[in-house]
Amino acid sequence: MTALLQALDIARRHPAGDSWLLDRVSLEIRAGDRAVVSGPSGSGKTLLLRAAAMLDPIDAGAVLWQGRPIAREAVPRFRAAVIYCHQRPAMLADTVEEALRRPFALKIHRAKKFDRPWMLERFARLGKPDSFLEQPVANLSGGEMQMVALLRALQLDPQILLLDEPTAALDPKTAAEVEELAVDWIERSPDKRALVWVSHDVAQGNRVATRKIYMENGSVKEEG
Amino acid sequence: MAIATIRPLYFCTIHCPLTTNHCPLKSSPPMNTDYIDLQPWQVGIAAALILISGAISLLLRLGLERRLLVASVRTVVQLLLVGWVLEWIFKPNQPWYYVLGMLLFMTIIAGGAAVTRCERRYRGVWLDSVISMGISSWFIGAVAVAAVIQVQRHEQTWYHPQYCIPLMGMILGNTLSGISLGWDRFGDELAQKRGRIETLLALGGTRWEAALGAIQVAVRTGMIPTLNTMMVVGIVSLPGMMTGQILAGMKPESAVLYQIVIMFLIAVGTTLGTVMVVLLSYWRLFTPWHQFIPGRIFPKNGKKH
Repeated sequence: MTALLQALDIARRHPAGDSWLLDRVSLEIRAGDRAVVSGPSGSGKTLLLRAAAMLDPIDAGAVLWQGRPIAREAVPRFRAAVIYCHQRPAMLADTVEEALRRPFALKIHRAKKFDRPWMLERFARLGKPDSFLEQPVANLSGGEMQMVALLRALQLDPQILLLDEPTAALDPKTAAEVEELAVDWIERSPDKRALVWVSHDVAQGNRVATRKIYMENGSVKEEG
Repeated sequence: MAIATIRPLYFCTIHCPLTTNHCPLKSSPPMNTDYIDLQPWQVGIAAALILISGAISLLLRLGLERRLLVASVRTVVQLLLVGWVLEWIFKPNQPWYYVLGMLLFMTIIAGGAAVTRCERRYRGVWLDSVISMGISSWFIGAVAVAAVIQVQRHEQTWYHPQYCIPLMGMILGNTLSGISLGWDRFGDELAQKRGRIETLLALGGTRWEAALGAIQVAVRTGMIPTLNTMMVVGIVSLPGMMTGQILAGMKPESAVLYQIVIMFLIAVGTTLGTVMVVLLSYWRLFTPWHQFIPGRIFPKNGKKH
């Protein structure tokens, strides 16, 4: 089976010197994968995910989507299918509901619609009342923002989610609920979906991962 | 920003010949003496007044004495110099490339000045500023000279410096503020809303969708001073050009017509210049792969990384 997403020998130079931020990293994501990426700060985890979503220019290597390189004009379509969630997500609006609706204003998502019942069901699982929709985003905690950002991505029905420490600011109980939400999303169609999850939490890694990737100094040191 | 933005950069030093005639469009009459020629000692009186500012600076310990001195000397030297250059360019039958050369020089200086006022830079900002300045002002200037004032019908040549140079001076001066405000604000917006822009891109937004908010704010910021000026022109203060023409003996009713023309020219010139510099910087900071590269922006006094 072709990998959904392949990052081949990705290299990225440090802007100031000759050192490498990413040193010929390769990553292959197949359907059903739940890959957890760990490693010390500055080891290139975020940069790898960003490179995989083609958010940063790279100095060498290539990103293939379903076995093919991605043309300029196909990038928005690619990113609608391979969504990178920032560690500190921007809410893009004033209330939770507006934040969740914001992507549908983008050309690429215009055909889709905000599904309120679907969203409220997810809220319930995360222990949030329906009124959470009306919350001003200014009142949200860091963890709640990450939750909103994850739901905002999930509702767009992507193929791959690239999550950058999505539970770093959450209490253990909510973190577990977020994990469950993400894992459940994959389990519903493991033949089409995959997840890459950056996490420092070993226990979380054990719970979520079907694959583990350890990074150091801009390259993958271990995979298993 | 008040009327001061409409700086008659090159105007007041020009002996305006548009005076004796009721119609300013008639072929130029000989230099008249409707205005009082200033003697150096008269200029000296005005210059001496700057001592008041100096005294206040000393009294309140503003520490501005040195700057006042430098600014005063620069004012005198720069204006004498430009007067001398213009005098030379205004000589009858000077070839066209003298005028064009002068305009080109003014454009480059204005393009550079727009960048020096900004807090942020990127590689190519100088070129982008000069290009925006050049295209917008030269287009507006050409319309002004050829279509509005129709210099070619009244003078032997379209490039008659008496019209080209002061008009372009004013258009450039105002476009300068537009370009400078436009890029300054665009850089600010990109830096402040970086997370927002990257989130939009990550969700599948195009570079245009991601940058549009910042582009709108920046262009608006560049345009507003001119709009504000248009709102109060003639009520709160009299524009420099009009004042100059009236001082030189032109009938106020003719002078205001010129001023009205100028207001529209600079409004459009500023808009075009602002939009252009914002778009050019957008193309440099966002790649065709819909990537935003904030690392290309660096502070005024900083290294590139």
